[in-house]
Amino acid sequence: MTAITATQAPSRTSRFAKNRARELTGKTGWTVLGWVVGIAFFLPVLWMVITAFKPESAAETWPPQFVFKPTLAQFRLVFSGMGPFLEHSAIATVGSTILVLLLAIPAAYALAIRPVKHWRDGLFFFISTKMLPIVAAIGPLYVIALKTHLLDSIWVLIILYAAMNLPLAIWMIRSFMLEVPTEMLEAARLDGAGRIREMSEVIMPVVVPGIVSTALICVIFAWNELFLAINLTVTNAATMPMFLISSVPQEGLYIAHLSAAATVASVPVIIVGWIAQRSLVRGLSMGAIK
Amino acid sequence: MAAVNYVAASRVYAKGAPPAVDALDLDIKDGEFMVLVGPSGSGKTTALRMLAGLEPLDGGRIEIAGRDVSDVQPKDRDIAMVFQNYALYPSKTVAENMGFALKMQHVPRDERARRVREAARLLELDDKLLDRKPKALSGGQRQRVAMGRAIVREPQVFLMDEPLSNLDAKLRVQTRSQIAELQRRLGITTVYVTHDQVEAMTMGHRVAVLADGKLQQCASPRELYDNPVNQFVAGFIGSPAMNLQTATLTDGGARLGGTVIPLAAGVRTAAARDKLSELVIGIRPEHMHLADAAARSADGFGGSGTDGAELTGEVLLVEELGADALLHVRLADGGGSVVTRTEGRKAPVPGQQVRFRVQPADVFAFHPVTGARLAG
Repeated sequence: MTAITATQAPSRTSRFAKNRARELTGKTGWTVLGWVVGIAFFLPVLWMVITAFKPESAAETWPPQFVFKPTLAQFRLVFSGMGPFLEHSAIATVGSTILVLLLAIPAAYALAIRPVKHWRDGLFFFISTKMLPIVAAIGPLYVIALKTHLLDSIWVLIILYAAMNLPLAIWMIRSFMLEVPTEMLEAARLDGAGRIREMSEVIMPVVVPGIVSTALICVIFAWNELFLAINLTVTNAATMPMFLISSVPQEGLYIAHLSAAATVASVPVIIVGWIAQRSLVRGLSMGAIK
Repeated sequence: MAAVNYVAASRVYAKGAPPAVDALDLDIKDGEFMVLVGPSGSGKTTALRMLAGLEPLDGGRIEIAGRDVSDVQPKDRDIAMVFQNYALYPSKTVAENMGFALKMQHVPRDERARRVREAARLLELDDKLLDRKPKALSGGQRQRVAMGRAIVREPQVFLMDEPLSNLDAKLRVQTRSQIAELQRRLGITTVYVTHDQVEAMTMGHRVAVLADGKLQQCASPRELYDNPVNQFVAGFIGSPAMNLQTATLTDGGARLGGTVIPLAAGVRTAAARDKLSELVIGIRPEHMHLADAAARSADGFGGSGTDGAELTGEVLLVEELGADALLHVRLADGGGSVVTRTEGRKAPVPGQQVRFRVQPADVFAFHPVTGARLAG
């Protein structure tokens, strides 16, 4: 009896140690991989930010200089010309996102909470509009904008950005609304809540994180949209991505200037994302945990 | 408080499909605790939801206090429901959850707070819990909040849809008696749905057994147990279930496991009238009395000395329950396997041959096709 335990004990501990070692190497491996991928994604951003502080002459050298005298000259240049572009982008982004939410929330309600007849067809129709390449639609869109005198107006961007983001927003908000337990809605009906109370007191508290993350995604897409803006606007409604393009001169050095402009252009999205991050994580992981 | 009447109430989910609830007639008295019990798919929950107004009626009507409520909105039926998963509002505190219905009825804030506190006291919910969100509560506390939400409304009828099924076994037994006691104290008509026949038997004043959307029998728990109207009710009520075995009819009895079990004259007449050659015999586990060694040696074989019958078989399995033990026995001569209840300390061991004595009065007989009880 004692002999058996004596021979077994060391082998068991060594196996335990081996397992533990393997577990640790596995963990370390994943950590390293995670960092490598993370840094690979972040490096270009870092390079952009660093370049933005370089003088134009230092930005184009090879091998890249890491020691240089930082300057705000590029930023000064960017800020001097950015005003109207920033304003147009902000209006188009905020306006289209509000419009998207106003339309998507009732649509999602009709597809999730009280499914209308043929809701499957509706759902498929919404997403099918995203299957058409936007290039194919730009011709007709241009003609329509021209005929309705919306060319180079901020309204054309608000309407088109809303149309562009609406299908995705409906799909997302619908899936968040499906997370509202049926029994809770029934309890609300028994408690005497009408449609408005049902929405404001029962559904909304559950889906708000989802709506915030949907709104954020709409904001990012609208903010970075270039194709429609460049084809349908000139000056009166030109947006930040067009400003970035305009920072590239016909001749001469421009990398530092472009980097500064791009850095400034990405700041609003980063701020919005940072504010929304708690909701974003909750919204995007909705349904993952019950 | 009010009586509830189902009058030929039906619900059909899909065209052509058999009705989920088929022409249900059920009269629930004022202040009664009525349990709807049945296996899944029996229509018990649908019947409750029809009363709540969450399912429309496809035929018949439902009355509360004599008023036809078939077309009345759920909120105007003066009922309160406790859901299986409680359906508490996660963003509201316990007090807000409980007071929500009153808020919807525009009850003033002070009155609302008073009634919520009263309900909390009734349910022994700590005042400190009232400001918490449901997420911060234990399962048992959530269950009580769900009860509280119903009580606060002071409705005419309580509807409960398997409210105990998310609790662990011990808490379930405890809460079971609390709910029954609370209902008795409040005297509010209650319709309670469960699939658990023990809950049904212990809680209900009367129990309605449903199967395939049809009401099988509605009676007191004792009556259901002693006088099931058909094979389904006999098999469903009681734990362990009644032993049901097909037996061949002979003169004066039915042959089962090599023994003739005497049948009452009424049963024989009924079987003869239906020209049956076999029928289903039902014997409750506790009615199969283990014949001990002393009785056996004095009595001899076959049990000819009394009017009972003696069945023999081999013990396959012994389930110890503490006070009792359940024996799974294979009857001799291909009589099938049965379960019997016996005293725990004197239980035989698997493999042992045993004899059981059965009194004719304890034998139920059912029609082999329709399942209806055969009786004089």
